[in-house]
Amino acid sequence: MSAVPEVPEAPEAPEAKAPVVTPVRVIIALCLAAPFVAMLWVGSYAKLEPTFIGMPFFYWYQMLWVLISTALTMIAYVLWQRDQRARKGGASR
Amino acid sequence: MKDGVNGVALAVFIFFFLAVTVMGFLASRWRKAANENSLDEWGLGGRSFGTWVTWFLLGGDLYTAYTFVAVPAAIYAAGAAGFFAVPYTILVYPLIFTFLPRLWSVSHKHGYVTTSDFVRGRFGSRGLSLAVAVTGILATMPYIALQLVGIQAVLDVMGVGGGETTHWFVKDLPLLIAFGVLAAYTYSSGLRAPALIAFVKDTLIYIVIAVAIIYIPIKLGGFDEIFASAGEKFAQINPATDKPNGALVPGELGQWGYATLALGSALALFMYPHSITATLSSRSREVIRRNTTILPLYSLMLGLLALLGFMAIAAGVNVKNGQLAIPQLFENMFPDWFAGVAFAAIGIGALVPAAIMSIAAANLFTRNIYKDFLKPDATPAQETKVSKLVSLLVKVGALAFVLTMDKTVAINFQLLGGIWILQTFPALVGGLFTRWFHRWALIGGWAVGMIYGTAAAYGVASPTQKHFGGSSAEIPGIGEIGYIGLTAFVLNVVVTVVLTFVLRAAKAPDGIDETSPSDYTADAGDPGVKVELPPATAGAPGGH
Repeated sequence: MSAVPEVPEAPEAPEAKAPVVTPVRVIIALCLAAPFVAMLWVGSYAKLEPTFIGMPFFYWYQMLWVLISTALTMIAYVLWQRDQRARKGGASR
Repeated sequence: MKDGVNGVALAVFIFFFLAVTVMGFLASRWRKAANENSLDEWGLGGRSFGTWVTWFLLGGDLYTAYTFVAVPAAIYAAGAAGFFAVPYTILVYPLIFTFLPRLWSVSHKHGYVTTSDFVRGRFGSRGLSLAVAVTGILATMPYIALQLVGIQAVLDVMGVGGGETTHWFVKDLPLLIAFGVLAAYTYSSGLRAPALIAFVKDTLIYIVIAVAIIYIPIKLGGFDEIFASAGEKFAQINPATDKPNGALVPGELGQWGYATLALGSALALFMYPHSITATLSSRSREVIRRNTTILPLYSLMLGLLALLGFMAIAAGVNVKNGQLAIPQLFENMFPDWFAGVAFAAIGIGALVPAAIMSIAAANLFTRNIYKDFLKPDATPAQETKVSKLVSLLVKVGALAFVLTMDKTVAINFQLLGGIWILQTFPALVGGLFTRWFHRWALIGGWAVGMIYGTAAAYGVASPTQKHFGGSSAEIPGIGEIGYIGLTAFVLNVVVTVVLTFVLRAAKAPDGIDETSPSDYTADAGDPGVKVELPPATAGAPGGH
């Protein structure tokens, strides 16, 4: 019965001793956080104008964000993969 | 509604239904593994699915027939408020990007089949694991029932739903057949059946949406016309509530509700057992991450689909039951044969998630109730047998639910299910990143969240219902109207944190953690991670 007290403070990659917070990781975090800010700030897009092919702003703006957030998640994915590969130093895979 | 049976549409519908039935039974031979009698095979498809199969499976799983019917129905009834489904599905993917790969890794390493398996392994608490399992089963049952509501809507519009006077057996016969067939192939093929059928379902859905979004606006005179007539309808004052029927954009008062509903639903989605089942069936960690970048394609489709609600208004569809709005729009707008394709898309769209949900609920029961409490020495073969039987029971239960009770009961429970399932977030996602939370504190937080959420939802009245009239209520301390599930979740986290401090100060014993930090980042092929199948041919991890 050992009360395992270890707390993995850093959510990601405990395998290397490199700094946990790096510029690349900050960019990844921003990419992932941006959709939350944009979508939860409803007041910024709750309006009719300007319309796009007859569609009120409210609707086409949110659908545009589907594409934007997809692009941001893809960027995060690519950066993360590079980050991981660099950390492993090509040791495995 | 047109009288009589729409023969052409029905024939097309039956054709597709027969085709997927054959596929469902043949699926057991697809990527067959040596050892069939394990829960990994039946309940997780051998954990072998690659990026595209996972994409179809998750898409087929999360975007259910009920979604297709209910989201446009909400737009049809009230306008902007129903569009929250779009920001909700936008937020899901960055969220799961951060935690799902960790869950996949630790589950793969330790052979976890359900979220409760993980919670038990991480916190060494069967009580907490039981709480998560029971919540999962309770939340999933009404969700399965609602899939039937989706099929019923389609059958009604095709004219085979029967009228008020039809004998109940004749009336419900088509539904009974559909569910009997579904139950049979889920039993024999497990998760492979919905995985294979999901290809058909999603292909049909994409075709139908693409056609609908171009063809219907042209017939109706463009989006200008569509939104103009929708605006007119929403501006009228509803005699029941003395307020306008709806709005094209949420007003000041509705914005908190809109945002909290989107966020709360996004947090809850991957707490549902069926989402996790589809996730764990994938072959590698990379498959999950890659999927978070391609799954949003479904969100775009959902957004377009939601717009059909406005088109139904502009097309003059006038139905009392909003759920019939979209099937009726298809029937009015499309030639019969294509209406049949659209109905088949919705009908099959109900079968895929219903199959996965029943498998997920059955796995929870088998692993976390049967094995943990009733028969600890169960062999894998016994586990599989129990799971198969429970998957049948779950479906029969859902069917009885829909046939004997009013539809609104299922909808009320589904609403509650969303609130409940969110209360497992701290144990699951919290547990993936830290062990700081105390197991008893997590149980306490869960209980508080469940009780508050249920009580608050009970207190919501609507013009048609005294209780469970909606999912939003005033947020205590803020005063704005917000999603009950999210309020309950915040309360849950606060209680968990406070109790953890108290319990740590009191030196309450910790459970034994069977996982180690490296388990959370392990990928298939790493040393110590067993390979269940010969390496598949396509797409090695990290390929592109």
